[in-house]
Amino acid sequence: MKKLLRVGFEHVEDWIDNIFGPKWNPFYQLGALGWFYYWIVVISGIYLYIFFDTGITEAYQSLDYLTYEQWYAGGIMRSLHRYASDALVIMVMIHLLREFAMDRFRSSRWFAWFTGVPMIWFVFSAGITGYWMVWDTLAQYIAIATTEWLDTLPIFGEAIARNFLSNETLSGRFFTLMVFIHIALPLFLLFIMWLHIHRHASPRVNPPLELAAGTFIMLLVLSFAKPALSNAPADLGTVPAVVGLDWFYMPIYPLLDYVPGLTVWILLITATVLLLLVPWLPPGKRNPAAVVNLDNCNGCNRCAVDCPFSAITMEPRSDGSAYEHEAVVDASLCTSCGICAGACPTATPFRRRSDLSPGIELPDQSIKELREKTITASDRLSGNDRIIVYGCQNSLNPEEMADTGVGIVTMPCIGMLPPSFIDFVLSKKLADGVFLTGCRAGDCYFRLGIKWTEARISGERDPHLRQRVARERVGNFWAGLTRRKEFFSELETFRLRLKNLASSQPDKQPPPAASENDREITHA
Amino acid sequence: MPETRYLVGQIIAFTLFAIGLGYFSNSPTYTHHDPEMAQIKLSFSHASQHKEECRRLSPEEIAALAPNMRHPMDCPRKRVPVLVELIVDGNILLRKSYAPTGLAHDGATSAYEKISITPGQHNLTMRLRDSNRGDGFDYEESIKISLVPRQQFVIDFRNSSFQFY
Repeated sequence: MKKLLRVGFEHVEDWIDNIFGPKWNPFYQLGALGWFYYWIVVISGIYLYIFFDTGITEAYQSLDYLTYEQWYAGGIMRSLHRYASDALVIMVMIHLLREFAMDRFRSSRWFAWFTGVPMIWFVFSAGITGYWMVWDTLAQYIAIATTEWLDTLPIFGEAIARNFLSNETLSGRFFTLMVFIHIALPLFLLFIMWLHIHRHASPRVNPPLELAAGTFIMLLVLSFAKPALSNAPADLGTVPAVVGLDWFYMPIYPLLDYVPGLTVWILLITATVLLLLVPWLPPGKRNPAAVVNLDNCNGCNRCAVDCPFSAITMEPRSDGSAYEHEAVVDASLCTSCGICAGACPTATPFRRRSDLSPGIELPDQSIKELREKTITASDRLSGNDRIIVYGCQNSLNPEEMADTGVGIVTMPCIGMLPPSFIDFVLSKKLADGVFLTGCRAGDCYFRLGIKWTEARISGERDPHLRQRVARERVGNFWAGLTRRKEFFSELETFRLRLKNLASSQPDKQPPPAASENDREITHA
Repeated sequence: MPETRYLVGQIIAFTLFAIGLGYFSNSPTYTHHDPEMAQIKLSFSHASQHKEECRRLSPEEIAALAPNMRHPMDCPRKRVPVLVELIVDGNILLRKSYAPTGLAHDGATSAYEKISITPGQHNLTMRLRDSNRGDGFDYEESIKISLVPRQQFVIDFRNSSFQFY
């Protein structure tokens, strides 16, 4: 089911890619958009709070003042407050479903999942208390239905719903309490949001400027076109028979008319507990964490900087070496993506005189093994359009490429590939071209693998691909699971390019040369 | 600079999202209560009488207690359930017994009921028993009411008397 869901997501996202491009695709920015909407809600909420009056009739009147007399500022702020809150719910729910579909809750990622689930309760509670504060007929319905629902819990002595028996018995203090709760809940939410991304290196909390601008303009236009308005003032002497619900926040309320409240509590609490336990139901296979080989670690810090999950820290040297620091892996945080190995300058396949053992690597998928797989893959190639494809294990199945006549080498994440391997393949004439593939652009399973790979190849990030490597012999297409057709088309185009290169410059392949990469790397 | 087709596509996508957002933020409407009907809400929080009378302890019984617990009277905390009867136009619309709250059943009894009723004139009688008596009621009150559609008529019980809102 999960795989079906994932393919479904990828098909929709491919379609959205055609409109937004991978950089602006909202599906790749769900978390960041959630943050963005949160801040809109907070800022508009602060403005509304300045004018909001707590009191049975004053609350309604103050919002009417904002909506009608100050429509150009207060009215717009109120609408932004509502619509950004609604959009936040949409982002949270799709984000949750997508992370589940993409299997991004295993290993050390359980923490983000586990802290994300309670956020749903906070988001919904904050939204519902917000509607309550308007004290119109919808607020009346929500207040009575919520308190009646709370009363089904066997923890309250006197029914809370009795507070809403009549206009005469309603207390104005209740609005002060609501304001307090409505402010406290988003503050707690912010704390959990911070926790949620706490273990992520370079967390994406801001959507790209263009996407942020687009979504804000959308909210602004909607606020002008359909401003958020109050219903008739609440009157406890009249039953709010027909209500226009905010279905993003209130889908549970109609259910309460048909299912006993206690059953709904049990259902929701069970669902929450099950959601919390998803990372362990069933427990996924946990691959061995990256290991540091101190003999080859010079404490350069690149692995720590590139690790997407902050699993590596630089600590004072423990082996008496002249280097100041050494990399230390926290196995509980490591997702075994191998990006650290791809960042390690000692992970070079050119090393000849000593065993290929870099400063850091995955114990079950070593760099030495990667070199052997590369050489084995090249053995089967022939002609002048020989291609080695490096791919990640979270995208196209390598077996699907079996008939294309390319050599295939896979790894957990494309970010595990040290750029020197591309140089190695071409300079050693193991192939005529190197083609990289993996998750879709902007949506790396391990968050930063594609980003770092592209930056290393373009020379923006260490370790970078050497200048001498003919860039026309390096291609890539980030295929994910669904872009088979486009992948094979790109691969064919790349093959044709190699053929053309062979016919136009038969002897222009770069020769192997003694270089920094070729040198034996030893550390005292 | 993005291509025109991207811009057009994005405008369409944002518009569709905005339409969905705007529509479902207060539509479609939900009918929570038949607009042609009125509603009686019966609710009270009332401490009923204790199940057993206080009893004076004998000197032997007092002596058997821990020194800091010695008290001449033994007053069991348990309260009796409250029985309520609501009669509308001669028909019993509700007859229900409500248990006292608290683990020891020594708290106030809390009731909260919603009953739909056709609008118009009605003769309403409320009865409540909060004592150990075997039959009959301790409190009774009748009232003639006239209800309009969607009106909420509240029956409360405070300070040993029925209250109507």
